[in-house]
Amino acid sequence: MQFPGRQRKVIANPKAELYRHCLQFYGQPPLENISLTEFETFAVERLKLLKTVENLGVSHVKGSELYTNKLDKEFSNLHFPYKIEVKDDAKVGPTEYEKRRKDHISHFILRLAYCQTEDLRRWFIQQEVDLFRYRFNALASTYKTSFLQHNNLHYDTVGLEEKMVLSDKLISSSYAVSGCKVEDQDYYKVPFQDALDLVRNRKVYLKAGYVYIPNQDIIITVLNDFRTQLSKALALTARSLPTVLSDERLQPLLSHLSHAYVGQDYSIQKSIGKISLEQIDPLSGKSFPLCMRQLHQSLRESHHLRHGGRMQYGLFLKGIGLTLDQALQFWRSEFTKGKVDMDKFDKAYAYSIRHMFGKEGKRTDYTPYSCMKVILSNPPSQGDHHGCPFRHSDAELLKQKLQSYKVSPSGIAQILDLVKGMHYQLACQKYFELTHNIEDSGFSLNHPNQYFLESQKLLGGAREVKREADPPQRAPDAAVKQPPNPQPLAEMTEDLDAYFQDG
Amino acid sequence: MTSADYEPASLPDLLPLYYRRLFPFSQYYRWLNYGGVQKNYFQHREFSFTLKDDIYVRYQSFSTQNELEKEMQKMNPYKIDIGAVYSHRPNQHNTVKSGTFQALEKELVFDIDMTDYDDVRSCCSAADICPKCWTLMTIAIRILDRALREDFGFRHLLWVYSGRRGVHCWVCDEAARKLSVAARSAVAEYLSLVKGGEETVRKVVLSDPIHPFIRESLAVVERYFPQYALQDQGVLGHKESVDKVLALVPEDILFMEQIGGGPYYDYTVHIQCQYNMPLSYLLSQSTVKKGQHFEKEIMLQYCYPRLDVNVSKGVNHLLKSPFSVHPKTGRISVPIDFKQLDRFDPFDVPTISRICEELDRPRVGEEEEQVDSKEKDGDMDAVERRRIRDYKRTSLAKYVKILDQFLDGVARSNKGELLKKSDLQKDF
Ligand code: SF4
Ligand SMILES: [Zn+2]
Repeated sequence: MQFPGRQRKVIANPKAELYRHCLQFYGQPPLENISLTEFETFAVERLKLLKTVENLGVSHVKGSELYTNKLDKEFSNLHFPYKIEVKDDAKVGPTEYEKRRKDHISHFILRLAYCQTEDLRRWFIQQEVDLFRYRFNALASTYKTSFLQHNNLHYDTVGLEEKMVLSDKLISSSYAVSGCKVEDQDYYKVPFQDALDLVRNRKVYLKAGYVYIPNQDIIITVLNDFRTQLSKALALTARSLPTVLSDERLQPLLSHLSHAYVGQDYSIQKSIGKISLEQIDPLSGKSFPLCMRQLHQSLRESHHLRHGGRMQYGLFLKGIGLTLDQALQFWRSEFTKGKVDMDKFDKAYAYSIRHMFGKEGKRTDYTPYSCMKVILSNPPSQGDHHGCPFRHSDAELLKQKLQSYKVSPSGIAQILDLVKGMHYQLACQKYFELTHNIEDSGFSLNHPNQYFLESQKLLGGAREVKREADPPQRAPDAAVKQPPNPQPLAEMTEDLDAYFQDG
Repeated sequence: MTSADYEPASLPDLLPLYYRRLFPFSQYYRWLNYGGVQKNYFQHREFSFTLKDDIYVRYQSFSTQNELEKEMQKMNPYKIDIGAVYSHRPNQHNTVKSGTFQALEKELVFDIDMTDYDDVRSCCSAADICPKCWTLMTIAIRILDRALREDFGFRHLLWVYSGRRGVHCWVCDEAARKLSVAARSAVAEYLSLVKGGEETVRKVVLSDPIHPFIRESLAVVERYFPQYALQDQGVLGHKESVDKVLALVPEDILFMEQIGGGPYYDYTVHIQCQYNMPLSYLLSQSTVKKGQHFEKEIMLQYCYPRLDVNVSKGVNHLLKSPFSVHPKTGRISVPIDFKQLDRFDPFDVPTISRICEELDRPRVGEEEEQVDSKEKDGDMDAVERRRIRDYKRTSLAKYVKILDQFLDGVARSNKGELLKKSDLQKDF
């Protein structure tokens, strides 16, 4: 079992002990019985909170004043523990205790709902990490220290002598430090594996396997630990999930929870087989988002796409309704116009296309990539055309492209502004609005296939390319008001803890 | 890149000889067994073979060196790939409960392929290489080797020529083999400076302050740049390539240049472009405007190593094995001696036809028969001893020796904390 230090008998005074700090690392799962009603309320409220975190993260700079203020408000609305720094254990009042308990339990419920697929896990981890960052930053520095101690997170500090020797390098390794004196700045020295985000972005000095982290950046190491633990825990939870899902009261509730906020995954299409290959060219100009239009164009031009492009575009096409046979025909006819002959195609590429449709290998049915996945993972490199044009194109090229697609100069300026602010999906949505001549698209874009469906809906193509019967749910309220589970009041007798066993 | 002495059609005839008499099985096993420190490390390692007609067999695994030998001599693979160490024997992966068969460890690997430099080399394209562009690989190895050792603290780096158009690096430290996927991708991204696909023109963007890692890397690039880029590649030699460079220079600076005129400090090469503007100036002057590093960016875009991040990221990603043959060129994938890096010549790497032929040549002197004393007192059987004598008579010998030396280093590392510590102090 992987939840460290999880032992019932040790906790003599669980209330005070378990929730001593207003921020948690969620090392131990809850050990108590709770009612199904409470289970549901907790889960829905945490989802609301995470959804707010997601929305604010898209529309505001994380950590900015506006971002923090809005999150503050949501915290008090939803009664989650926040900033209340209790001076000593005795003062943990019932209200604060209740809040901390809710924070604890609701987190673990959502682990159950969000452990099942890579996309769900990615979404959940991202929001929880952002949430944690915001809460940790809000702590006063003494509480930060006590939090670290409480959770056994020890980091070595760097001595003055070593600091002086490395002075130049330390200064030029970190934005935070330039301008102030190295001797006045505290540094922690940790193995690079514990500060991957800082390593990845070259935000720290790295020597012989250790990173030198300025005091104020230690949060990143803490976050790294948090992220690693959470992602391991989700993998373990996923393994024990079959047991959980065998509970007929929980199964619909959990699946509802996981669908309510991430939106659909566009993998099962009602429209399958409703598109002919001849339609792809005209559709690519009218209803494809830029990322797919770009891939389509370069495929037609060079009769080839590298792996990243084939995956991104292939799954998108599957999502809009191409059958496996159509897909094979589509790729084969294009590739064989280039350097690949029939034989080579069948040997080297057909497999991976059948794979996409779950017909080979592990037989996983791959889902089309969401915007988040396109934007964040596997960035294009030399020879690649995949990725998100709003994220991965030079501003100048993007501008030219938009011009050639007849977007007005003022429209282009608006789009480029959004891109500059790193709001790639909003930029794409703006592009959607401009090219479809509407003021407000009325949806929030998070998936290339959603872009396609919305466009078809507007252009009246919906007769040919049908939407799914079950549209993605957007407004949090909608989800709260229609719980699919008809028996919310049944009492749960099972020990919640049982669901987190390593199966 | 074809070689005069090799004919792809002869491969099926040569492979049996190669695997029977030349392939360095004992070093190979010694490497992948890592001193037997971890149980079943060799036994749980995936090998995959590419056979005739591109038939690809994955999840091969072997209990002993002997079994590996027998199997390779039976199948005579055109190409050998090495994968991860798994939770179970890979050849039994179908028999274990689904989801439990998992890749646990693998060397941290890097793959640098010349085709990724096509937009910045003028001499060849695609799979072709020549001595002019090979410098790019030399630069790549110098930069990455330094960073992996000094920045990340790794010590056991095996550099290998891929047999055709690139190089591989196997980082074999225990800590490296245990890295998570996230850590591998962080290392690869730390080491990546050239970013963006076909939709990005300026692929290197620097900002202040310049990180020590970039400074160190720049120092390497600057050392090679005048000879490599200006002379060999003639980057400023003709209109198209000059235009390419100009596309990377910020507009305001181009403008200043055109109206400015004036006496510029001149660089090693005196080339005037069609705008009658001494471009060499652009490449020599340090920042014109604070915070702009375009000349550094240009040099890096042209010379900085281009990594295939996906290869490094995955624990279960397969990579071509050292001493595998490249079926197109016939060249053996051999280790590169870092100490002689500038002298490494891919065209001098032996092909399978050459070493097989060398085997048939009459023996020259008695000393060739000598077996190292170290090898003598081992308890090798006759076949093994004979094979050692065999490869020692060919031009493969010096490359096997490089692997031997590398393995001695790895073995020393396994010998306890004390030695490890004193080595660390020596190295840094
Ligand atoms: S925002 Fe999404 S749909 Fe739009 S281009 Fe980027 S990845 Fe494609
Ligand atoms: Zn060349």
